[in-house]
Amino acid sequence: MRHHLVLRVVAKLLIPFILIFGLYVQFHGDYGPGGGFQAGVIFAAGFILYGLIFGLDKVQKVAPPAWIRVLVAAGVLLFAGVGVAGMLLGGNYLDYGVLRHDPVHGQHLGILLIEFGVGTTVAAVMITIFYNFAGRGREDR
Amino acid sequence: MIEPGLYNYWIVVILMMAGFFIVMSHGNLVKKIVGLNIFQTSVFILYISFGKVSDATAPILDEAYTEYSNPLPHVLILTAIVVGVATSALGLALIVRIREAYGTVEEDEIIAQDPDS
Amino acid sequence: MIAEHLPALQVVIPLLAAPVCVLLRRPGPAWALATAASWAAFGVAVLLLIAVLEQGVLSYHLGGWEPPWGIEYRVDLANAFVLLIVAAISAVVLPFARRSVAAEIPEEKAYLFYSMYLLCLTGLLGIAATVSSLSSYVLISLGKDRRALTAAFQYLIMGTIGATFYLLGIGLLYAMTGTLNMADLAQRLPAVSDTRTVHAAFAFLVIGIGVKAAVFPLHLWLPNAYCYAPSVVTAFLAATATKVSIYVVLRIVFTIFGPAYSFEVIEADLVMIPLALAAMLLASTTAIFQNNVKRLLAYSSVAQIGYMVLGISLGSVTGVTAGIVHLFNHAMIKGGLFLALGCVFVTLGSVQLRDMAGLGRRMPWTMAAFVIGGLSLIGVPATTGFISKWVLVQATLERGQWFFAVLILASSLLALVYVWRVVEAAYFRPAPEGAAEVSEAPLAMLIPTWLLILANVYFGVDTSLTLGVARRGAETLLGGAA
Repeated sequence: MRHHLVLRVVAKLLIPFILIFGLYVQFHGDYGPGGGFQAGVIFAAGFILYGLIFGLDKVQKVAPPAWIRVLVAAGVLLFAGVGVAGMLLGGNYLDYGVLRHDPVHGQHLGILLIEFGVGTTVAAVMITIFYNFAGRGREDR
Repeated sequence: MIEPGLYNYWIVVILMMAGFFIVMSHGNLVKKIVGLNIFQTSVFILYISFGKVSDATAPILDEAYTEYSNPLPHVLILTAIVVGVATSALGLALIVRIREAYGTVEEDEIIAQDPDS
Repeated sequence: MIAEHLPALQVVIPLLAAPVCVLLRRPGPAWALATAASWAAFGVAVLLLIAVLEQGVLSYHLGGWEPPWGIEYRVDLANAFVLLIVAAISAVVLPFARRSVAAEIPEEKAYLFYSMYLLCLTGLLGIAATVSSLSSYVLISLGKDRRALTAAFQYLIMGTIGATFYLLGIGLLYAMTGTLNMADLAQRLPAVSDTRTVHAAFAFLVIGIGVKAAVFPLHLWLPNAYCYAPSVVTAFLAATATKVSIYVVLRIVFTIFGPAYSFEVIEADLVMIPLALAAMLLASTTAIFQNNVKRLLAYSSVAQIGYMVLGISLGSVTGVTAGIVHLFNHAMIKGGLFLALGCVFVTLGSVQLRDMAGLGRRMPWTMAAFVIGGLSLIGVPATTGFISKWVLVQATLERGQWFFAVLILASSLLALVYVWRVVEAAYFRPAPEGAAEVSEAPLAMLIPTWLLILANVYFGVDTSLTLGVARRGAETLLGGAA
């Protein structure tokens, strides 16, 4: 990919906006269309684009596979953990209302945390899938 | 208001049969996954098309609106889409490993290599 | 405070443990955590069953939202019983898994195996079919043989088609009633039940879930999948996955549509009974000609599912009781038998019939367990297999269908033949020349095996728990819908 100047320049320009857009979809999810699933995929797309243009080694330097794997687990833990926290504070599982004194604030906080967990896991899983498929052929060659 | 007719169901049925046929008739494993995706997509379209209620708003509780569409089908389909992506990824990963083990992704050639299975 | 959260805890414990397994990264700690989580889930399942027996139906609103807006998680007797089966099998299988996994799965992948296993457990306990099936495809593909890959792929294709059919069926019901809540569905369906859409929905639902339950003739994925999966996975899935699907069939036929609709309007029994009988006879006959013992037992599973479907489609309280009680008993039988085979596989490295020749003297405990499990499979008195067949025969006679009873006995004779083939190889044939010197399987694997086998004998003698719960469960299912 050394010679594809246009691709490299465009990618460099685009990637920051992709990541920002991912974060926007993530954190605007409780007011407008959006949420963890979509945001995670968009965010991961930034990394995957980087990997496609600049090579697997470069992107793995930015986001080491071991870290990504930790993030997969951490996202699920966050999701389940928020639910348990709701339970410990006297509500039902996944009842965000009890997270704060004001149920409305609690709902906000809860959905943000839950969606953040979902987003983290989805992004990490997408990147892991990319790593595994992209890295597969290299060992043989 | 214009009666939309039943064309959405026709699209669903055609897509579904096309996908199902590809899954059954093609020996190439990758094509099977493609067919499976088309098959699943037809059901997504079915849900989304009847999840829309004419003249209704988004499901936000407010005094001014009495008619709003139920978010449940959309949530269900969002989940189903994610599951579909996961299934495709898993299927493709299996195909990669099958190709490493057998050197082919054609079903008949695989069966020929393992006669007793 | 804990008591009211039991339905959620049931799912949350394995769900929390799964990602922690990924973080641990070492097979030892991951195994310990998985076992602990599984035992905790078993404890919760026992408490749930007790709570349901005392208070009746438990209802849990996820997120504190009331139905029909929120998701309601209902636990009634039939439900709690299935949860107990799944959790119990998992609690017994995991201690066994340590040695078996070490022998069959590369060490650097073992922690991921445990994580997947927990996710599968989560899916089965939460009746979230997609989670459990995705993870079971992965678990099956981890088998040593390369045919495990094709088996997993085949299962993936068929499983996804089944799941999509199921989704389509739900969609059609939603189109007619505007609700996805089971209780609401049951209430609103009678008003629209005579439309073609609902008829189609019934067909899609039953066929979709029938693929997962391996109801004959939709069982084609099962023999390969069970045959090439790692031993632990085979034991776990054989004992639980199809059972959960059968439970869903129960729900669809009785809770959503109601027995009157399923059997009198649609006359589903006209299709289901012949298929069940065909499963019992044909799958048993196929099992006789198998040389791989795992595959032999897999075909026998298809036949056993035939018994359950027969019980369900008789539509009477006794019939449904037979179906539910056989869910439990078959889980015990097949769990025990596949664990015994796992012992054989770890020491011998093969489960081909010819390699098992003379094994009775070399591995006396393992093969003794296999023989008792086999007796239970045939349905010898004082084993669980006898109890379920007894109730099933009663149910057929109640309907005046003595012909079915004869077929059940014929199928049992076929079971006798295939079990005898293994016994004959193990006890009456000399060990092949140059056979590897093998000794008894490690104690950590024998104890879980024997635990399940002894459960077979225990529940074959003392039937108050299983039969009592099953009968009450059947009465709720039939009565609740009428």
